[in-house]
Amino acid sequence: MKLTYRDAVRDALREALRADPRVILVGVDIGAYGGTYAATRGLLAELGPERVRDAPLAESAFVGAGVGAALGGLKPIVEIMTVNFSLLALDQIVNGAATLRHMSGGQLEVPLVIRMATGAGRQLAAQHSHSFENWFAHVPGLRVVAPATVADARGMLATALRERDPVVIFEHVQLYGIEDDIEPAPVDLDRAAVRRVGTDATIVTYGGSLPRALAAADLLAAAGTSAEVIDLRTLRPLDTETVLASVARTHRAVIVDEGWRTGSLAGEVAAIIGERAFWSLDAPVGRVCSAEVPMPYAKHLELAALPSAEAIVAAVTAVLHA
Amino acid sequence: MIPSREQALGMLRAMVRVRRLEERCAEDYAAAKIRGFLHLYIGQEAIAAGVLPALGAADSVVATYREHGHALLRGLPARAIMAEMYGRSGGCSRGRGGSMHLFSREHRFFGGHGIVGAGLPVAIGLALADKLLGTRGVTCVFFGEGASAEGEFHESLNLASLWRLPVLFVCENNLYAMGTALARSEAEPEIHKKAAVHRIGSEVVDGMDVAAVTEAASQAIDRVRETGAPWFLECLAYRFRAHSMFDPELYRDRSEVETWRTRDPITQLVSRMAGAIMPEDIAAIEAEAAAEIADACAFADASPLEPVEDLLLDVRAP
Ligand SMILES: Cc1ncc(C[n+]2csc(CCOP(=O)(O)OP(=O)(O)O)c2C)c(N)n1
Repeated sequence: MKLTYRDAVRDALREALRADPRVILVGVDIGAYGGTYAATRGLLAELGPERVRDAPLAESAFVGAGVGAALGGLKPIVEIMTVNFSLLALDQIVNGAATLRHMSGGQLEVPLVIRMATGAGRQLAAQHSHSFENWFAHVPGLRVVAPATVADARGMLATALRERDPVVIFEHVQLYGIEDDIEPAPVDLDRAAVRRVGTDATIVTYGGSLPRALAAADLLAAAGTSAEVIDLRTLRPLDTETVLASVARTHRAVIVDEGWRTGSLAGEVAAIIGERAFWSLDAPVGRVCSAEVPMPYAKHLELAALPSAEAIVAAVTAVLHA
Repeated sequence: MIPSREQALGMLRAMVRVRRLEERCAEDYAAAKIRGFLHLYIGQEAIAAGVLPALGAADSVVATYREHGHALLRGLPARAIMAEMYGRSGGCSRGRGGSMHLFSREHRFFGGHGIVGAGLPVAIGLALADKLLGTRGVTCVFFGEGASAEGEFHESLNLASLWRLPVLFVCENNLYAMGTALARSEAEPEIHKKAAVHRIGSEVVDGMDVAAVTEAASQAIDRVRETGAPWFLECLAYRFRAHSMFDPELYRDRSEVETWRTRDPITQLVSRMAGAIMPEDIAAIEAEAAAEIADACAFADASPLEPVEDLLLDVRAP
């Protein structure tokens, strides 16, 4: 079945709403407007305003209401337009949703799914373009996933809804338009995926950087280098085994992460490789991250700030010749 | 409302239980058996004692860090509360939450929240679930007047009204948010007027008068249940003790506290009901409360610490 990533998200939401009357959608402009990225278009007409619930601009309150609704027996799926606006709801997610199971001695469960768009590439400048996935992946009590393919976008929601903990889903804005021929299937939230098999170096990435990493692997292949590409898929908990097994074979690793380098997920993965695969490394671990600057508007500057296929090729070449 | 003898005894018993439990907490704090923050409710007991008995078992409660009294009167056993204070595994949160984070799923007591204002959105969601699941449950959320300066307060009132949700907002206006007097933090110090802006009906009640709170609360809860719409109860009260055990109380005069102490909700009830409440009633209630607390503390003392091996239990994606 040929689908775009956007269609896949919508089909998954529709399927969830149809399958369980306790599932509701809450978010700004998900109903009448059809979703900022059109992922929820048509669902209001089909399922009505009680279950496809347009919220006012009150990120903290409607995310917190998602927490309460989950405690009260619903299975809410809350959409935050983009990760940039999720900062207004961080308290409810980090101090609230993430803590309640443990802090209540295991009594309370918050089966809440929070979806949000992330990432740059649309010239939206410094308040609409950032990637804060690592902020969430930092927090025990959350599960954080980043579907990077149409199949994952289609399958991850159902798996997330089976979780009894809060799950944060990051949908990269550059991915909504990608297309693939897939059969809907359940997606494992625990394992990273090897998207391309290779022998000379491992490129570890996630989300919107996957297409760039694959493009880099193509360029490398043309130059005679065989790069393995790992899509982390789940950012918390990290599937370290898949990463370590690959590095044990290739002896070289480059991590590609659209977040800023300082305090990044790339740094976490590099640290894990350093701790657990140090003796199989033939070169220092490389990182390709966004430039440490608020994302600029001008196209050439935005492109310069983001990880590019060329920068990934350069980083892999560097670890090969280290 | 003039309560019957039975009603008055019930109110007195509730307030005395909370007062004595918290006095014991203060002692145990001094003895270093309780640590962390401890926010005492002493002076404000009439509010919890007036509101909580009016709720049903299927209703939900959300409270703040100043919630020992609410938890006790919601039916959490004193044993589980004291063991939580002591950080023991027999505590209602297995000793992981402490004074500020009492929880009981069984009693639909959903915290125990340490972030000012953060319980309000959670209450909105609980009420949304009740509405969509058709349970006719009411969610009652307690907060201080200080919380009304938070954006979440306004966001939550708007949502409750816009979505017509069965929430009872109970603002415990004790005039101070830590050391910040009401007039120094609110351009509109009459908190209930903020509810009107969101088209939520409200009532202001003397929060030192347990009979008045009882009457207002039971009417409010009935109204919320019947209409499915939110209501706002502002209870004017005063806390007699420091904000927490770390507060030197530089921001108010002793004389102000002493003046308010003349309106102590317990002595007020007893003197107003003189003739109906007898000295032997008081003695019996005090003895019961003392026995309950002694039993709770003995239980808490005997309750084991959670094994360190269980540190990560209940974190499922470590
Ligand atoms: C968001 C947030 N800011 C600050 C604090 C620190 N703090 C704890 S209680 C409190 C005062 C709150 O006053 P009020 O809401 O009136 O409740 P009261 O303590 O009087 O019961 C403050 C500032 C906090 N816990 N959360």
